[in-house]
Amino acid sequence: MMYTTASFAAGFVFGLGLLVAGMANPAKVLAFLDLAGAWDPSLALVMAGAIAVGAGAFAFVKDRTRTLLGAPVLLPSPRRIDTRLILGSLVFGVGWGLAGICPGPALVLAGTGSAKGLAFLAAMIAGNGVFEFLEKKKRVAPGPAPMRSS
Amino acid sequence: MSIAWNAFTPASALIGGAIIGAAAALFAVLNGRIAGVSGILGGLARPQAGDLSWRIAFVAGLVAAPLVWAFLAALPEIRVDSSYPALVAAGLLVGIGTRYGGGCTSGHGVCGVSRLSPRSIAATFAFIAAGFATVFVARHLIAP
Repeated sequence: MMYTTASFAAGFVFGLGLLVAGMANPAKVLAFLDLAGAWDPSLALVMAGAIAVGAGAFAFVKDRTRTLLGAPVLLPSPRRIDTRLILGSLVFGVGWGLAGICPGPALVLAGTGSAKGLAFLAAMIAGNGVFEFLEKKKRVAPGPAPMRSS
Repeated sequence: MSIAWNAFTPASALIGGAIIGAAAALFAVLNGRIAGVSGILGGLARPQAGDLSWRIAFVAGLVAAPLVWAFLAALPEIRVDSSYPALVAAGLLVGIGTRYGGGCTSGHGVCGVSRLSPRSIAATFAFIAAGFATVFVARHLIAP
């Protein structure tokens, strides 16, 4: 129960931060991504502020196995930089550049009741569905016959 | 390049950023997880026992933030200029790309960079570069 409550609190504070920062305003995000136009550098400071505060917390949990609530620490273990990571991130960046909305702000926009925000969120969830479908297909698809030693 | 000083909001950007960082810190220290919105949302598509309520709670928190804000004060300016077809295309690309890339602005950009994860730093460079390129093409090549 504490765990779920903490999760809600984190999401809520995250949403407030996005609103204060201007990240939930797609026009402002696009002004940051428009280097060749009238560039608004604000979002670089959003990242800087977030990382400055976040870095200490991650350094704190890094060598722990349990959190302050006694839950297991489940941070990703180091993995290779592969094409899947880079191509996926590039595709995400194109979508981000088209509308100025990323997943967190999409949920905040939906909470404001914005019809355009809801349209984006619905498409984003559909995109998730496409990913899940393709992944499932890959898992079911017959692979090469297993090697047998005689 | 020209800097739009009239639109530049350094104070609210830094404070808002610090609040976002505090949320990620809270989540790491209490829940032991990365506050990555695309991954938290994506996990809802593969429901597992005991893994649902915290995800729903985090998403509900994000949606509740503007509701509570609007109840107490006027919401800050939010302007969506993109057309519906552009929003749908963008949403699909964000939905697919973040899952293949294993994260978005929050998971890679804030949490991963805070942890100095090489994967997240690479991903963040990739999506910001693609964002810059896309806006350049859309605003200065297609519709100057």
